[in-house]
Amino acid sequence: MKNTIKICIGLLAIGLVSCEVEFDNPVNSEGFYDSGTANLSTYVAVGNSLTAGYADGALYITGQENSYPNIMAQQFAKAGGGDFTQPLMNDNIGGLLLNGTQVAENRYILAVDENGNPGPVRLVGTPTTDVATSAAGPFNNMGVPGAKSFHLGVSGYGALNPWFARFQTSASATVLGDAVSMSPSFFSLWIGNNDILAYATSGGLGVDQTGNLDPTTYGFNDITDPNVFAASYSAQVDALMATSSGGVLLNIPDVTSIPYFTTVPARSIPLDAATAGALNAQFALYNTQVLPGLAQAGIISADEAAARQINFSAGVNFPIMTDDDLTDLSGILQGPPFFLPAATAALLGQLRQANNNDLVVLTAASVLGSTPDPGNPQGVIGVSIPVGDQYVLTAVEQGRVAIAAASYNATIQAIADANGLAFVDAKSALAQVASTGVPYDAGMLTSAFVTGGAFSLDGVHPTPRGYAYTANLIIKAINRKYDATIPYVNIGTYGTIQASNN
Amino acid sequence: MKKVLLLAVFALATAITYAGGYRVSLQGQKSLAMGHTGVAVINSSELVFFNPAGLVHLENKLNISAGVSGVFANVSYQNENFGDYAETDNSTSTPLYFYASYQANDWLAFGLGVYTPYGSSVTYEDDWAGSHLVNNIELQAIFIQPTVSFKIGEYLSFGGGPIYATGSVNFNRNLNRTLTDLDGNRSNVTIDATGINEWGWTVGAMFRPTEELTIGANYRSKIDMNVEDGDATFENIPNSPLTPFEDTTFDASLPLPAEITVGLSYQFCEKWLFAFDVNRVFWDAYESLDIDFANENIPDSKNARNYKNASTFRFGIQYDATKMFTLRAGYYFDESPVQDGYFAPETPRNDSNGYTAGLTVNVGDHFEVDASFLYLHFKEVDASYDYYFENGQAAPFGGTYKNNVFVPGLGVTYKM
Repeated sequence: MKNTIKICIGLLAIGLVSCEVEFDNPVNSEGFYDSGTANLSTYVAVGNSLTAGYADGALYITGQENSYPNIMAQQFAKAGGGDFTQPLMNDNIGGLLLNGTQVAENRYILAVDENGNPGPVRLVGTPTTDVATSAAGPFNNMGVPGAKSFHLGVSGYGALNPWFARFQTSASATVLGDAVSMSPSFFSLWIGNNDILAYATSGGLGVDQTGNLDPTTYGFNDITDPNVFAASYSAQVDALMATSSGGVLLNIPDVTSIPYFTTVPARSIPLDAATAGALNAQFALYNTQVLPGLAQAGIISADEAAARQINFSAGVNFPIMTDDDLTDLSGILQGPPFFLPAATAALLGQLRQANNNDLVVLTAASVLGSTPDPGNPQGVIGVSIPVGDQYVLTAVEQGRVAIAAASYNATIQAIADANGLAFVDAKSALAQVASTGVPYDAGMLTSAFVTGGAFSLDGVHPTPRGYAYTANLIIKAINRKYDATIPYVNIGTYGTIQASNN
Repeated sequence: MKKVLLLAVFALATAITYAGGYRVSLQGQKSLAMGHTGVAVINSSELVFFNPAGLVHLENKLNISAGVSGVFANVSYQNENFGDYAETDNSTSTPLYFYASYQANDWLAFGLGVYTPYGSSVTYEDDWAGSHLVNNIELQAIFIQPTVSFKIGEYLSFGGGPIYATGSVNFNRNLNRTLTDLDGNRSNVTIDATGINEWGWTVGAMFRPTEELTIGANYRSKIDMNVEDGDATFENIPNSPLTPFEDTTFDASLPLPAEITVGLSYQFCEKWLFAFDVNRVFWDAYESLDIDFANENIPDSKNARNYKNASTFRFGIQYDATKMFTLRAGYYFDESPVQDGYFAPETPRNDSNGYTAGLTVNVGDHFEVDASFLYLHFKEVDASYDYYFENGQAAPFGGTYKNNVFVPGLGVTYKM
């Protein structure tokens, strides 16, 4: 009898294990989330470093896992989406080798120095990802760091860009061709950032190529001609649409939204009254005689003469800087009536003091106020040595960037509208992060460097949380356009910056 | 074949149990089959737990009962906003009991009980959506209770005894929602303590105005399980002065709350017995689970619980079908002690309805086999835990939970 009961209970147990708890409406049941009119079975993301999941000045596995396309693909999977492959790096060190030689730097980490101050430093370690031994594509994530709009169609682009060489399908492959070969059923395209960003992050070192329709003559730091952008972009959308049920296009954010340009204040040189007085004495003649004289002679405008005045005071001052948009006076100053020595003339040639309209780049932080020659304590950058042009994006340079970006964005919006594609106004969204911040369940996402949560330690690329926010923006646009109900992600559950000492 | 089937009972089982909180109401198969009533039921030495005052009324000189339950519990979680889904892993939970009583003379009896009235075993997938609250928890307490029971006059009896409780806890959770090491492995902490020993007591009274009617009351004291110098182990911590977590010891305290039960039983039509109990558990003792790390650089972990006192209403019926079979059935409504906004996934309990049934097979004059079955039904509930903080800001963790619990149980009774 006892055994009979045991057997009964055993049988019961077998029956019970299959009695799993079932919700009335389980989120993991088919049809709970819906992709609407979009077919998400083969999603292909095309773009640059932002699409690749680049962060902290490097590409590494956990960054890629938190790329916005990968975050989206995980949500797509809940609404019938298919697998999503990425050209994963080999480690979390970042850095890239080309036949054993390092061609890209390791990631930044937030390290605490001996004085207890946290700051970004490069992770020490030997990268293990080699271009030569990486798996060939194509992958669903076709984000290529460094790619500009017109690069995507360049045959043999891998020879110019090791990030693409890593996973190009052949030596003559194009990024776009490899993406199209996946036969995407749905695509996203976010390209054009580097067409202005390279110019901006170089402090305007490059050339505004507006009017030059031959991109093969461009340098990397140049601004792409808007017509070149439009032609490239239009061709890419056409190619990606061939097999797709739909897609989403993202526009180009303002450079003023990113901490690379908003962290280091233009006014950054502390001086006491005595030093300020001594410096002013040195510039007195220049301010009161030379500049008004040049203006009177018509060599420079009265406005430029005013802009070139150098004045220090006790407290925090604007640094002196070289501005290549000023009239170059170095030759004139060596001639009559000034007869300045060549070195002084060169110093003053395109000199002015920075002002509140200038954007000082993040990398200037370690340069401003430093003494590059230990033997000359008087040689202070920003005080007696002008800050290099590459560290300051002037108002004039910002204007060029803004004009080009506005034109690109008009193109993107028009192409989205013309083709009935979902459109994400990334520009406005990032501007909101930078101005008011975006609330999430445990705080506010802002673009403040290190602490804001949106931007990684390179000051340009988002954190996982920033990418998650981007993914939500895109999902929202897709849901609206395609009558889909793809779930959002909770951005509070995505990480920000990585604290670690070497 | 039998072995295979028995394996199914023990190996395929899931974890968790209970009634509200981490109380596990499985203290005897005869009682459980009747909705876990028993404060006024004179049936067997299960009275050591249910009401020591009743032991003196048992007919036999020696009464021994022992049993085990197989707890098959499932918890599912989902969040419709984000598409998150999780369910607890299968693991085994087998609460046990052993009771004995001895009738010294017609007014005095002694007893001994060993049972497991508290416990919890919940295992989610590591790094699930609520992993900053719990990845897994294993909590166990074994009570050992020597008991005395005596009659005063014809109608009234009292009983009681000290309780020696010995427990252990093992709990793992991620440190927060985002912290990882350089390779993206989530930073987590395991706290572990065994051999936590404390004392408590129980006292009961029973009144039998007639042969048919029995009225009983039982009180069980609160026992604070105080952990001192438990082990805290930190994993996947970034190498940074900003995250100063390292292995250390900890102190913590978990209350096993006091409870009072009153009830009655009434025998009618000779073969029928009806029982009704009300439990009141003083869960308000469980205000917060605070973990005090010995290393001063590591912030203490404070987890508000703020449980409220909760009642359970139990009904049971017994029918002596034949000389060989006694049949039982019961029902109880179990009120959850968890208040709105405090619904934490380590004890995801809302109000539940328990349906019970069972039987006793009398094998000869001395030996009985007791079987019971409990199905605990929970409604699906939208709930959240609102007292998790990140940088001083509350980040509620919510969603929809659904539980169910199946508990087959088997016991034996020996009397002479």
